[in-house]
Amino acid sequence: MADHNLKHIDGADRGRILLYALSTCMWCRKTKQLLGDLGVAYDMIDVDLLEKQEREEVTEDIKKWNPECTFPTVVINNEKCIIGYNPDELQAELQVTR
Amino acid sequence: MSASIEEVSGEDIQKYYDRLKDDVERHGYHLNPDEDMTRDLIRGLIVNQRRNSYPSCPCRLASGDIEEDLDIICPCDYRDTDLGEYGMCYCALYVSGDVLSGEKAVSPIPERRPSPEERAKARAETGGAPVHAGLSKPVWRCRVCGYLCGRDEPPEKCPICGAQKERFERFM
Ligand code: SF4
Repeated sequence: MADHNLKHIDGADRGRILLYALSTCMWCRKTKQLLGDLGVAYDMIDVDLLEKQEREEVTEDIKKWNPECTFPTVVINNEKCIIGYNPDELQAELQVTR
Repeated sequence: MSASIEEVSGEDIQKYYDRLKDDVERHGYHLNPDEDMTRDLIRGLIVNQRRNSYPSCPCRLASGDIEEDLDIICPCDYRDTDLGEYGMCYCALYVSGDVLSGEKAVSPIPERRPSPEERAKARAETGGAPVHAGLSKPVWRCRVCGYLCGRDEPPEKCPICGAQKERFERFM
């Protein structure tokens, strides 16, 4: 993926956290908020803001993890994928408490 | 350029909210009483309307091609089934009476829309339902609200929910 599209948010290092989101989506906003509250570092991309070509490339990446290509999709350490806004699973996976 | 599309004033959101709330209540639906969530979703609808000239679902990625996105123009084809099964639509913009009254909490629900592959397949196969022998007219169904009518063509707009003609399917 073209890394220049990624936005990095600083925080505690809990591995590589990559959030695929939509800028218009309420559940995505909640996920961003939760990751912020947890204080973890993560990268994110608002897929709806990309130009067509890039958008297609990124959706192909998402489909490898989540064939339905729904949002939010969080990929952790390139090995675990959490689909949808799921605070419990995210916190357990990142081993942080609020 | 895209900054101006993204910038929605509080006043625009309020106007849209008032109009939508009034409209849905008159039709027996309810907006999510959590105004923070609802305003956020309305902002998304306004942004999508500006981008593609139709208000596609804020929580789903629109293709930008109206033919492909017809089923997710808000209210989407999946709203009523999700309200029945989960008490809220996928985005939680619309909620059922028990969510409105606080008996049931808002939480994310699974995606009901078929995957991109399934949709492509369905589009390739559409011939519509066969016309039943003995019917003097074909029957059309509004995919948004379920309204049925027997006439040569679907109406310009659904007389019940206002959905566009393109959102009707041949039912019988
Ligand atoms: S009814 Fe709900 S799920 Fe459907 S398009 Fe509108 S906001 Fe999205």
